[in-house]
Parts: sequence; structure tokens; C-alpha cells
Amino acid sequence: MSILVDKNTKVICQGFTGSQGTLHSDQALKYGTKLVGGVTPGKGGTQHLGLPVFDTVRDAVDATGATASVIYVPAAFCKDSILEAVDAGIELVVCITEGIPALDMLAVKAYLDTTRVRLIGPNCPGVITPGACKIGIMPGEIHLPGKVGIVSRSGTLTYEAVKQTTDRGFGQSTCVGIGGDPIPGSHFIDILGLFQKDPATEAIVMVGEIGGSAEEEAAEFIRANVTKPVVSYIAGVTAPAGKRMGHAGAIIAGGKGTAAEKFAALERAGVRTVRSLAQIGDALAEVTGWA
Amino acid sequence: MNLHEYQAKGLFKDYGLPVSEGYAVDTADEAVAAAQKIGGNRWVVKVQVHAGGRGKAGGVKLADTLDEVRAFADRWIGKNLVTFQTDEKGQPVSKIYVESCTDIDRELYLGAVLDRASRRVVFMASTEGGVEIEKVAEETPEKILKAAINPYTGAQPYQGREMAFKLGLSGNQVRQFTDLFMGLAKLFHDLDCSLLEVNPLVVTTAGNIHCLDAKLNVDGNALYRQKKISAMHDPSQEDAREAQAAAFNLNYVALDGNIGCMVNGAGLAMGTMDLVKLAGGAPANFLDVGGGATRQTVGEAFKIILSDENVQAVLINIFGGIVSCETIADGIIGAVEEVGVKVPVVVRFEGNNAAKGRQRLAESGLNIIAATSLKNAAESAVAAAGGKA
Repeated sequence: MSILVDKNTKVICQGFTGSQGTLHSDQALKYGTKLVGGVTPGKGGTQHLGLPVFDTVRDAVDATGATASVIYVPAAFCKDSILEAVDAGIELVVCITEGIPALDMLAVKAYLDTTRVRLIGPNCPGVITPGACKIGIMPGEIHLPGKVGIVSRSGTLTYEAVKQTTDRGFGQSTCVGIGGDPIPGSHFIDILGLFQKDPATEAIVMVGEIGGSAEEEAAEFIRANVTKPVVSYIAGVTAPAGKRMGHAGAIIAGGKGTAAEKFAALERAGVRTVRSLAQIGDALAEVTGWA
Repeated sequence: MNLHEYQAKGLFKDYGLPVSEGYAVDTADEAVAAAQKIGGNRWVVKVQVHAGGRGKAGGVKLADTLDEVRAFADRWIGKNLVTFQTDEKGQPVSKIYVESCTDIDRELYLGAVLDRASRRVVFMASTEGGVEIEKVAEETPEKILKAAINPYTGAQPYQGREMAFKLGLSGNQVRQFTDLFMGLAKLFHDLDCSLLEVNPLVVTTAGNIHCLDAKLNVDGNALYRQKKISAMHDPSQEDAREAQAAAFNLNYVALDGNIGCMVNGAGLAMGTMDLVKLAGGAPANFLDVGGGATRQTVGEAFKIILSDENVQAVLINIFGGIVSCETIADGIIGAVEEVGVKVPVVVRFEGNNAAKGRQRLAESGLNIIAATSLKNAAESAVAAAGGKA
């Protein structure tokens, strides 16, 4: 078991024939992802990486039965691409692209809230269920099928958490990068809820960072709904206020969104926090009793 | 991206919103000419910098004579203004804004932000004008009125009226405030704003609603479709190294420690700074070389880090996802040879081609300290910088 994706998930790629789409689709195929085609308007009817190319997402869904789509199109076109996927009946949309205008995401998110479609990202590494399905830009080889669910706002911090759980042999059930933007498609609480219900996930690692209040909301959610052990790290204790730290959403604004507040909220909710990102694996071993 | 007050007021004017007649000028002569053009015998002169707290720092003045206007311009143009929001060097003043004077009856606050928690553009109004809204929110949150904008329908006049009545406005002021609210909501949306503030918004002695100050931040991700706003960018208001980094698509933020950091990924870059602190040191910067790092960008990143004279050691932490550690190694070797790095360099490679990258560095013959783990990397860098570890 896993969340969001498994070995049977049929995936299409929007922006399939572009450089990013090509690079990561090729890697996804090598990993074993059931990628069944792609969409590039105007190139319908051709083949790319040995798979059919479609003009529209609707054509791709009709022909392949895909339920998931990964988006690599440039930021200016992402609102259109996400909404095209939603209206074509895709159930899981994963948007990797960084740099989407916040007001575009505001409109997209408001629309998504009226549907049952789940959006992961934007500005994220994607979703992987190790050994089964890789949708995104993460390096597949560092993963190991296993029992830890990982959810993070940062790509490379997810990889650090993955490596520590792989090195110890715990492995991962599913890893979800929710992205570093101020208006993400899915929040921590959405993914935490899925991990809580997933029998294959025995413990959860949540990696947050400064900015916004998603970690505080997650703390409240964990206190009320999550019985599995949770280990959490928050990046940015040393980040100055008022400065955007790379991610559009990583900013302490008006004194709010500090790492200290987030650590405190999580600790009040009974979450095991670590101040050093190198201690995620150790802390997991401690709270679970795993050797 | 931040805008100057004069730029924001120009945009307000384009939307027909009530701002004073004013001119941004570069010289004292132009300042006097602007005051003469406005007429009257009293003017407000304001330095144009990207920082709050200008008034308390002496950057805003009521001038009663043309000589005072000239003296203010002479005093500030070409100088730096230090406020509680700037660093100790302050922000350079290249323009001042000369405005007609407004007689004030009441000071109010009106602002809007992209609220992450509710995922709406939220307007806030308060009777506590001239005070920082964060302070009001902290001490008297009940004094902040809010109106969330529905992304489907947009702002509605009733939302403006509700706030206007609660602010104690009456008669014609209610209509004026509602028009202003609707205009600002349109401007916020049209211009891809992330923050908007009119502080203070005033009721004049003649009983009219008037925007005395104007602050706008625009979403950097939307600049590709905001050509007019993009042209308003003033690089003089940014840290020189941050601006240089941005030109190479690097994210750099200057800090005041002595350990330069080069990391891929924003989260890991913050995490690395935190590790440095846990090891007893202090990071000199945040720097994300990004997923698309090349030999060239790594070289530029190195130059930017080393241009900070406080840097006594460099910590490079790369978890290769898309980016190959071998590429980063080549960039480091090239940069070290080109700029002649005098400080110790600690490198931790993990992920994509990590072993090859380590090997490349080992064979280069350069004095590079290879770290064995995350913790070891931070401790080695702190030790190399002469701090405790």
C-alpha cells in the first residue's frame, strides 16, 4: 500500500516533448512508472519516447485511461495546464514548475476546492512510491520501499530525509513534496490525513520551513487526528525576518512564520522535533523503537 | 518586488484614486521647481527608499519655504537614510518626492495582503492610522476590520461600505472610501500585487478621503506579464551581491556570519545554515544554486560568496537530485583556480554522481576538505573558520 500513487497508476505528462518533460519522463519510464503518454498541443498523433503524444489532456485521458498527470510546462502556462487536467477528469495533478504567479494559484486553488481533484505542488519535486511509481524530478535510486511516509515543502530536504530512512533500512511508503509556494495545491494536513489512513505507513516525517502557518495547522491536525509517530524538522531558524529564502513561500512576514513558533506548536502537539536535519533518522528510530 | 512611494502613487493616480499632486525629482533645483509648480506655501518632501520608518529617521519633512525644500534635497540626495527597518548603512537616496500638503482631520489604515491561510486576498482597515499594522494586530486585534475577496466574484461595494461605517465614516466619505476600496482591489488584481498599504489613509479637514502614503509589493513571479512594473525596478535599493546573484538566477541573501554557504535547494540551504549555527558558527549567507546549476553558475556563486570580506570558510553542501555532483565539482575547481580562494573550503556531496564529484575534487590537488557527513561538514567548516566546533 501507499498513498496517491502505486504501480498501477497510469500517468501522462503535460509538456511531454519539452526538455524537462523529456528528461524526467525518460527517468520515470526507467524507474518503472506506468507512463502511458503525453500532451503537447500541435504534436498529437506523433510518438515520443516510444509513447503516444496527444493534442489535449482530454484526448490523452480518453485514449489511455490515465488518472494522473505531471506538469512540466513553463510557469506562465501552468494555470491553464492544471485546469485543463482537472476538467479532463484527471484525479491527481502533480505540478513541478516553479515561479507560478500567486494570483494564478489563488484562482486555481479556489476552483480545485470545488472538485475532488488533488493537486501536488507547484514548485515541488513530485510524488514517489518507491519501487512502484515515480512522478517528478527526485533521484529514484536513493529510495527504498518501506514504512515511513515523508511530506515536505522542500525538494532537497526530502532527499535528506529519504537518505536517512534508506540508510537505516526503514524505507518509505510514499514521499510527497508539497512545494515551496505560498499557495500550494495540497497542505501538510491533506497528506498527513492520507498517511494516517495508509496501512503501509507506520511513521511519518514532516519537513517544514519558515513562512505561513501550514506547520501550525499541521500540529493541530496531528494532535486531533494522527496516532502514528511523527518526526518533524523545520528549516530556517537562522533565517532573517522579511527576507525571502529562495522559495516564494519561505518568508517571515510581520514577525509571523518563524521556525521557533512552528517548533513550539509541533512540540505542544506531541510531535518529536529535531533541530538538526541530520537527526531525522535517529529520532525516527527513537520514537518507533525500530533498530 | 518593492516599489517606491512615488511609483505606487503614480499607479494609484492611473486608477483614479485620491493622491496628492507630487513630483519625484533627482536634484535640488528640480525639487524647488516642483514645489513652485505645485504652488501654495507649504509642501511635504519625502526621501524615496525601500524602507519604512522614514519619518522618524528624518526622511520626511514639512517645508514652509522653497529654501527648506532646497535644503532638504541637498541634505538627502546622494546620501543614505538609516531607519529601524534598514541595516546600519541605510538605503541610498537618489530621488525625493515633493508633494502638496494635506490638512489632516483623522488618520486611518487600509491595506491588503495575499493571505496564505485563507487563500484569499484580504483587505484590512483600522482606525489606528500611522501605526504599524503588526503592532495593532498584536495589541488590539479587535481594531482590525477585514474583508476577504472572493476569487470568483471579486471585491463587492458592500465590503467597502461595511468597513467604512465601522471606521466611523459618514455621508460622502462612505462613498469615497468604497470607491477607493474597489479601485485598490482592482489594482491589486490587475498588477499582481502581493501587498498594498495606505498608511495613513486620512480624512482631510475638508472631509475627504485621501491616500497620504502608498506602498506596493508586486509578485516577482508575475513580472513577466507586468512589463510596466518591471521597468520600475530600482536595483540601487537592493544588496549589491543579492542583485548580482539574481542576474545569474541564484538566490542569495546576505547574513552577518563568517561561514559562506553554497547549497542546492532552498530548504537544504536554510537547513545548512541551521547546522552551522548548531555547530557553534554563524552563516555568512543563504545561497541556493538551484537544480539547474552549471559550471558557470557555481563559479559565479563562489565569487559572490567570497566578495563578502567576513567569510573565513566556505561550506558547500550538495544533494544531487537533478544536478550532478561532478558538475558542481568542476565548477568549484574552475572557480578556485580562477579567483584564487584563500579561505578553507569544506565540501559535502551526496546523491547524483557524489562519488565521482568527490574523486574529481581529490584529484584536483586543491586544498578542499571533504566532509564525511552533514554534521561533520558543518563542524569542519566552523573549525576551519577558527570558531569552536
